[in-house]
Amino acid sequence: MSILNSKIPEGPLAQKWTNYKNHQKLVNPANKRKLDVIVVGTGLAGGAAAASLGEMGFNVKNFTIQDSPRRAHSIAAQGGINAAKNYPNDGDSVYRLFYDTIKGGDYRAREANVHRLAEVSNSIIDQCVAQGVPFAREYGGLLDNRSFGGAQVSRTFYARGQTGQQLLLGAYQALMRQVNKGSVTMHTRTELVDIVIVDGKARGIITRDLVTGELQRHFGHAVVLATGGYGNTFFLSTNAMGSNGSAAVKAFHKGAMFANPCMAQIHPTCIPVHGEFQSKLTLMSESLRNDGRIWVPAKKEDAQAIREGKLKPTDIKEEDRDYYLERRYPAFGNLVPRDVASRAAKERCDAGFGVGTGLAVYLDFKSSIERLGKDVIEARYGNLFQMYEKIVDDNPYETPMMIYPAIHYTMGGIWVDYELQTNIPGLFAAGEANFSDHGANRLGASALMQGLADGYFVLPYTIQNYLADEIRTPRMDTNAKEFVEAEKSVKDRFEKLLNIKGNRSVDSIHKELGLIMWDFVGMARNEKGLKEAIKKIEAVKKEFWTNVRIPGNKEGMNVELEKASRLADFLEIADLMARDGLNREESCGGHFREEYQTGEGEALRQDDKFAYVSCWEYRGEKEEPKLNKEELVYENVQMLQRNYK
Amino acid sequence: MDKTINLTLKIWRQNGPKEKGRFETYQVSDISTDSSFLEMMDILNEQLVNENKEPIAFDHDCREGICGMCSLFINGRPHGPDEEITTCQLHMRKFKDGETITIEPWRAAAFPIIKDLIVDRQAFDKIIASGGYVSVNTGGVPDANAIPIAKPAADEAMDAASCIGCGACVAACKNSSAMLFVSAKVSQLALLPQGKVEAKRRAKAMVATMDELGFGGCTNTGACEVECPKSISIAHISRLNREFLRSRLSE
Amino acid sequence: MSNFLTSSIGKKFIMSISGLFLMMFIVVHLGINLLLIFDDSGELFNLGANFMATNPAIRIMEPLLALGFIVHILWSLIVSFQNMKARPTGYNQSKNSSNWASRNMLVLGCLIFVFLVMHIYNFFYIIKFEYQNLLEVDIDGEIMHDSYSLVAGLFKTSVTYCILYVVGAILLGLHLGHGFWSSFQTIGFANKLWLKRLQVIGQIYAIVVTVGFAIIPLYFLIKF
Repeated sequence: MSILNSKIPEGPLAQKWTNYKNHQKLVNPANKRKLDVIVVGTGLAGGAAAASLGEMGFNVKNFTIQDSPRRAHSIAAQGGINAAKNYPNDGDSVYRLFYDTIKGGDYRAREANVHRLAEVSNSIIDQCVAQGVPFAREYGGLLDNRSFGGAQVSRTFYARGQTGQQLLLGAYQALMRQVNKGSVTMHTRTELVDIVIVDGKARGIITRDLVTGELQRHFGHAVVLATGGYGNTFFLSTNAMGSNGSAAVKAFHKGAMFANPCMAQIHPTCIPVHGEFQSKLTLMSESLRNDGRIWVPAKKEDAQAIREGKLKPTDIKEEDRDYYLERRYPAFGNLVPRDVASRAAKERCDAGFGVGTGLAVYLDFKSSIERLGKDVIEARYGNLFQMYEKIVDDNPYETPMMIYPAIHYTMGGIWVDYELQTNIPGLFAAGEANFSDHGANRLGASALMQGLADGYFVLPYTIQNYLADEIRTPRMDTNAKEFVEAEKSVKDRFEKLLNIKGNRSVDSIHKELGLIMWDFVGMARNEKGLKEAIKKIEAVKKEFWTNVRIPGNKEGMNVELEKASRLADFLEIADLMARDGLNREESCGGHFREEYQTGEGEALRQDDKFAYVSCWEYRGEKEEPKLNKEELVYENVQMLQRNYK
Repeated sequence: MDKTINLTLKIWRQNGPKEKGRFETYQVSDISTDSSFLEMMDILNEQLVNENKEPIAFDHDCREGICGMCSLFINGRPHGPDEEITTCQLHMRKFKDGETITIEPWRAAAFPIIKDLIVDRQAFDKIIASGGYVSVNTGGVPDANAIPIAKPAADEAMDAASCIGCGACVAACKNSSAMLFVSAKVSQLALLPQGKVEAKRRAKAMVATMDELGFGGCTNTGACEVECPKSISIAHISRLNREFLRSRLSE
Repeated sequence: MSNFLTSSIGKKFIMSISGLFLMMFIVVHLGINLLLIFDDSGELFNLGANFMATNPAIRIMEPLLALGFIVHILWSLIVSFQNMKARPTGYNQSKNSSNWASRNMLVLGCLIFVFLVMHIYNFFYIIKFEYQNLLEVDIDGEIMHDSYSLVAGLFKTSVTYCILYVVGAILLGLHLGHGFWSSFQTIGFANKLWLKRLQVIGQIYAIVVTVGFAIIPLYFLIKF
C-alpha cells in the first residue's frame, strides 16, 4: 500500500494545514524562474493555479482546448460559492463548513483535505473581491449571502445567477495579466494527448494543435491536470460539449490511480430531456430551491391527465399536490442535498406520479411570488427564468417549471494525496479532475470553492514541496526518447482511429454509451445491471474500434477526430465507473445501490466494509484494472447515517 | 406539441484561413421546432458524416449561453433572430417551414476565419491581457467586507461584467469595433473601488491594444447593444470614453 | 497628446468637438435666419446680417468656423476609411439593428457638403465677394447691404431652390439627430440615464433645426 500514502500532516485537524505550511520546502525566487510548470486546463482550478504560480515566478505553460481560457466550463456555474465568513451572524464557522461538507459527502472524503478547504474558503472571497468580482451586495454596501442545499446557514456568496462566470473571469484576468508579463505562456486550441514519464516522474506532455493537427512536445518539471470532470461519459449531462475525461485517462494509463469513479452527482434541477436530437442538458441553479417548491400531483390520475395534456398544473388544487420533499424531510424541506432530492424525484416518477413525459416534476414559484412579489423573484432569478423560457417556451412566472435530475458533476477523479499529487511524482491534479474533497456527494456552491482553493491557495504551496527537490534538474530536451516514443504512440493511435473507416458517427456511438450509463450506472444501480453494463460497454467499445467513421484526416482542424479520441477515453471511464459501482456494495451519496437502502428508501452505507477510497490501477489493455484501497480514518467526525429530516 | 419543419441552409464553407470560401446549400428535414439551432446543426453534421463528407466546423461549448464560444451570423444577425440570447439558446421554433437560413461567420479583420464558421477571437484575450484586470497577486488582500461598495455601483459593475466575450458586438458593428467589449471591462472595474486605482492606466492600455489589433472605431450606431446577448448598454462606452480622455488629459 | 489624437477615441473626440462647435453655429445661424420671416420689410434681417458681418468677434469666428468645417470633414474621411479597413469582407446578408442615419453619417455628411457648396455660392460668396452687385438700404441712418432681398429674391423666384433648401434642411436634421447625442457620448458625457435624455434632446434639436430652416424657403414660396 506504500504507493497510496495520503501524506496527511501530523497534529490536530485544525492545525494540520498550518503545520504543513510551516514545515514544507520552498523554492527561492532565483530558482523559480528555472522551473517549468505545465498546467492543463484554464478553469477555476487551472486558471487560478497558473496565475498564482506565474505571479510567484515559475515559468508556467498553460493549455486549453478552447479558443480562450475564459471558455472553461467553470463559467457555467450559476448559484454561488461557499465560505465560512459568518457575515450573516447565523452561527457559521470553519468547523461547521467542514462538518457540513463531510456529512454532505456521506463520509467518504478525507477529513484533513476537507478541513483545509473550509479553512481557505474565506481567503477565496477576499481574493475575488480584490480582483473586482462584482458579488451581490446589500444596500449598506456589504456582501450578501444566500442559503444553499445541505446547510442550515447562509454562507453562499453569489453574483446574480452567474457566479461561476464572475469567479472564472477574475481568475482569467489574473491569468492574462501573467500572460502579458510573460510568466505564463498560453496555448489555446491545444489538447493534451499524452503525458510523458521520465524515470518515474511526470516530465511533460504531448499535445495536439487543434487548428493545424500538429503534435507538439512540451517539457515541465511538474505537470498539473486541472481538466475537469468526466460527466460527459453519459453523453447527456450539464457539462459543456467539450468537457472530457481524456487527461484523467492518460494519467490512468501511465499509472496514476483513478479514485471513486462511480461517484457521479446527479443534479436534481435540470430541464428534462425532450427528444432524441438533444445534445446536452441545461441546469437550473440549485438556488431556485430557496424559493421554489417541488411537487407532483398526489393522485395518479391527475398525473396521468397532465401527461396527456388534459390538465394543466395550475388546475391541480393545493390539497391534491404532493410536496414530497417537504413531506419526507421537514427539517431541510426543498433544501436537502442534491443526491437526496434527485432520488426522491426518481422515486415519485417511477411510482407513476411524474409529469411532462413522465420523467419530470414541478418546481413551483407561486407561493414565493405571492409572498415576495414578482419583482423580488425576478431580481433573484430573472436570468434563469429567461433561460428556461427560451428553451421550453413556457413562462415560469405563471406555470411551474418542469425539472428532472441529470448528470452534473463527478466527485471521483484522479487520486491525489494531501499535496494534490498523484501517485506519479510530479503529476498533480486539481479541481474537479481530482477526487479529493467531496466524498460521495458534493454540496451546492462547493465546486467553485474547491476549484479556487486548489488553484489559489493549496497547489501553489504544495507543488513547491516537490519542486524544491527539482531545482537541479535542467530543462530537458524534448527530443529525448521518452518524448519521441510518447509522440509516436499518439500518432499511431490517431492513425488507427482514422483507418477504421466504419459506418457510424462518433455521436451515434456516444449516445448509445450514454443510454447504457443512464440506465445501468445512473441514479439507481444494482448488481445485475452493473454486470450487464460492463458487458454492454465492452460491446460498444468493440463497435467503436471497428465501426466508427471519421471523415477528413489528421492534418488541419478535424472536429470528428477530436470527438472520437475523447469518446475512446470515455469508454475506458465508463468501464471503470461500472466496475467501481459493482464493487461498492453500499449506497452512499451519489452512488445508490438498490440492494442497500433503509426501509424508507434512504441510502444505507456499510461503513465497516467500504469506508475507503477505491483506487483503480491500470494493468494494460487486456487485463482488468486492479483495486487498491485507501482507508478513510475519521478522527474528528463520527460517521452517522445522514439525516435531513 | 412536437412540430417539425424542413429547411434549406446556405452555409459559408472555407477550408482554412488562407483559402477561398464559398456558400454551400444543404437541405435538412423533419427538424423538431423544440430543438435548438445547434442541435439542428448537429443533425446536419450527422447527415454529412453519413454521406462521408466533412462536417461543418462551428464553435460551441456550454450550450447554455454563458461560455461565449458559439457565434454564427444567422439570417443577417449575430446569434440569429431572437433577443438577448446566444446562438446555442436559439430554438427552431423561431423559423418557418421551408425557410432558407443563411449562416455566415463573424466578419472582421481582427477575427480571421480559421475554418468554415470558426473565427479566431484571440484579439479579445490580447485586449484583456493589456490591462483588463486589477493588479493584485494571490494572497495578502484585505477582508472582503473591508471596503463597502454602494449597491447601485456593484449592480452596474455586474451589468458590465456579464459580458461573455462572444464577439457579437464586433460582428454587428458596421465598423467591426470592439468598443462595447472593451468598455464593459473598463466600466466594470472603474465602478469598483478595487479597480478604480488603476482605471486610467487600464483605459489607455486597452484602447491602444484594441486599435493595434485592427478593430474599427465606434460611431455610436448602437447595433452592438441591440445584438449583445447580455444587453450590455452603450452607456459603458461613454464611460470608457470618459476614462480614456481623463487618462490622456492627465498626462 | 500626439498618440491621443491618433487613437480611435481621439479621432472621434475631434469629430465630436468640431461637431458640437458646428451645432452651436447652427443655432446662431438659425436664429438670424428666422428674422427673415418675422419682418417682411427685411429690416430686422438686414440688421442682423449687418451685425454678423461687421462685429469684430465674428471676424475671429469666421476662420474658426471654416476650420471647424474643414476638420469635421477631413476627420470624418479619416475615421471612415479606417473603419472600412476593419471589415475587409462584408456579409452576404445583413439585417441592421441600428438606425439608418447612424450608419450613414458619411453619406449624409457628403450630401450636406454638396448643399453647403451651393449655399455658400448662393449667399455667402455674393455678400462677401460680389457685394458691389447688391442693393443697399438705409436703416436708421446706417447704409448696409440688402441681404434680405438677396435671400427673399432667390426663394420667391425659384421653386427648385426652395426644394433644394428644404431637402438640405432634412439632410441636416438627419445628420444632427444622430450627431447631437453621439457627440456627447463620445466626450464621455453620458450614462444610462443621460444617454436616453440626450437622445431625446438630440431629436428635438434636430427637428427644430430642420423645421426652422425648411420653413424659410417655404414661407417665401407660399406667401409670395
